[in-house]
Amino acid sequence: MTTPVLAGAVAARVRWRTATVAGVVDETPGVRTLLLDVPGWPGHRAGQHVDVRLTAEDGYRAERSYSIASAPEDPQLALTVERLEEGEVSSYLCGELRAGDVFELRGPIGGYFVWGVQDGGPLFLVAGGSGIVPLMSMLRHRSAMHSTIPTRLLYSSRRWDEVIYRDELLRLADKDPGLVVTHTITRDAPAEFRGYRRRIDRAMLEEAGWPSGDAPLTYICGPTPLVEAVANEMVALGHDPARVKTERFGPTGPVE
Amino acid sequence: MPDPSPVSRGFHRKHPAATQAERLPPGQYETRDFPVLSAGPTPRSPLAKWDFTLRGVDGRAARWTWAALQALPRAPRTTDIHCVTKWSKFDTHWDGVSIDTLLAEGAKQGVTSAPFVMAVCDGGYTTNVPLADLVDGKAMVAFIYEGEPLDPEHGGPARLLVPHLYFWKSAKWVRELRFMERDQPGFWESVGYHIYGDPWREQRYTGDP
Amino acid sequence: MGSKARTDALHLDGNAAAGLLGEIFSVDVTAATATCLGCGASGTVGSLTLYAHEMGAVLRCGGCGDVVLRMTRTPTDVWLDASGARCIVIPCR
Repeated sequence: MTTPVLAGAVAARVRWRTATVAGVVDETPGVRTLLLDVPGWPGHRAGQHVDVRLTAEDGYRAERSYSIASAPEDPQLALTVERLEEGEVSSYLCGELRAGDVFELRGPIGGYFVWGVQDGGPLFLVAGGSGIVPLMSMLRHRSAMHSTIPTRLLYSSRRWDEVIYRDELLRLADKDPGLVVTHTITRDAPAEFRGYRRRIDRAMLEEAGWPSGDAPLTYICGPTPLVEAVANEMVALGHDPARVKTERFGPTGPVE
Repeated sequence: MPDPSPVSRGFHRKHPAATQAERLPPGQYETRDFPVLSAGPTPRSPLAKWDFTLRGVDGRAARWTWAALQALPRAPRTTDIHCVTKWSKFDTHWDGVSIDTLLAEGAKQGVTSAPFVMAVCDGGYTTNVPLADLVDGKAMVAFIYEGEPLDPEHGGPARLLVPHLYFWKSAKWVRELRFMERDQPGFWESVGYHIYGDPWREQRYTGDP
Repeated sequence: MGSKARTDALHLDGNAAAGLLGEIFSVDVTAATATCLGCGASGTVGSLTLYAHEMGAVLRCGGCGDVVLRMTRTPTDVWLDASGARCIVIPCR
């Protein structure tokens, strides 16, 4: 693109593109990944999100933001959407929507909560619930680049069957000694589950994360109460606040 | 020619307002008419001379002739409108160019935005709106009403449409959107009408909370 | 003052504003003379062209069309903007 930097950035930001659903993957009972074809998609960085806009027959419109789940290297754009109980848009995207359907998409958006292999590590990723989505984009990017940057993921979910990308995370960790995935389940964990069984706290962060002396890059994403609590603990543990990045999903939510 | 927004098959609003009462802001009544209120005579601007301008604080402007405006992507919408004189009209159908589109085009021509906007109109009418209330699909320059070219009495050839605010903000005969660093009251706002005008909080007059 | 070549169904004359104006002036202001700041034309307030009487009163000069007087009524106040008049002469006898 040869437009001047500022005008070009504004143009990309405000321009709506048509996305066609190529396929859907039901990750868990309440979470679905949409695989999209978006002609002209300019590419993205791991951690960014898009605005999605739906227009009904009567002209009614609704707009929401969703994190990009796919790596920048992936051929198709993927968004992972959690169905919210009163959600007008999420219940459509996780329900009625099927391959061949279209909606509008704008982005990629976000210059702060992004990571690429060139940013280095070690990397500490902390996810609560659907907060795993932008962090998964980072992990997929890391894998696509065959990076050996030491990475630890701490992932909090309510139930084992609500863990998104569960099998893929197992595969990624299995084949890569540089990646350690730790789960904590806060409500119902199966008897054979070997991870933590409580909300994330300071002790868990110390055990599952990196010592502050290693100066990791930390990315925390999930419901606001979780993100704020974890960020505060990280700083209390001596981590440099400038190397702790947060992305909050919504004003309220269970502290998982 | 650019396409309008594609319709997402099977998507509809989750909570259709079942009763009229839910769609009426406080103090309003529904009308099936479309009353005409004007602060001056109806301007008659010949289309050959008509243009629309976006003007930045520094004076740099982007201009569209009528033909150029018609060629931009459209953003049709159906919406309720609410006049401060207490009538509301449901499901009005409009078509025109969204302010988002104009801003994007204007940015390419070096127009920089600012937090507030003054709409300036043929006949001298003005009204002020925060930029945040014009973007993200909230507002457009409308020139088609109910499938027909907008009548001069109702603001044709083109009016601003900002239906989530009282309808005096949907300035008729709009010719220019002028960016401002600070909010300034327009025509009605400077003689006692509310600076913002949210019908759902019944912000009719200056000093209404 | 000038007459309109075309009937504009929306306008009335200033006499229709007598009620609103009477709320703040204890004399009949429609008999007052207003001089338009824009073009200098003088005429009675009653002969000015009145618009938007649902939202208040916008009284325009019959000569040049500029706004001479604006008045609105809120639940607590009456707002009067006479900045479009160079002066208003109100007969008190």
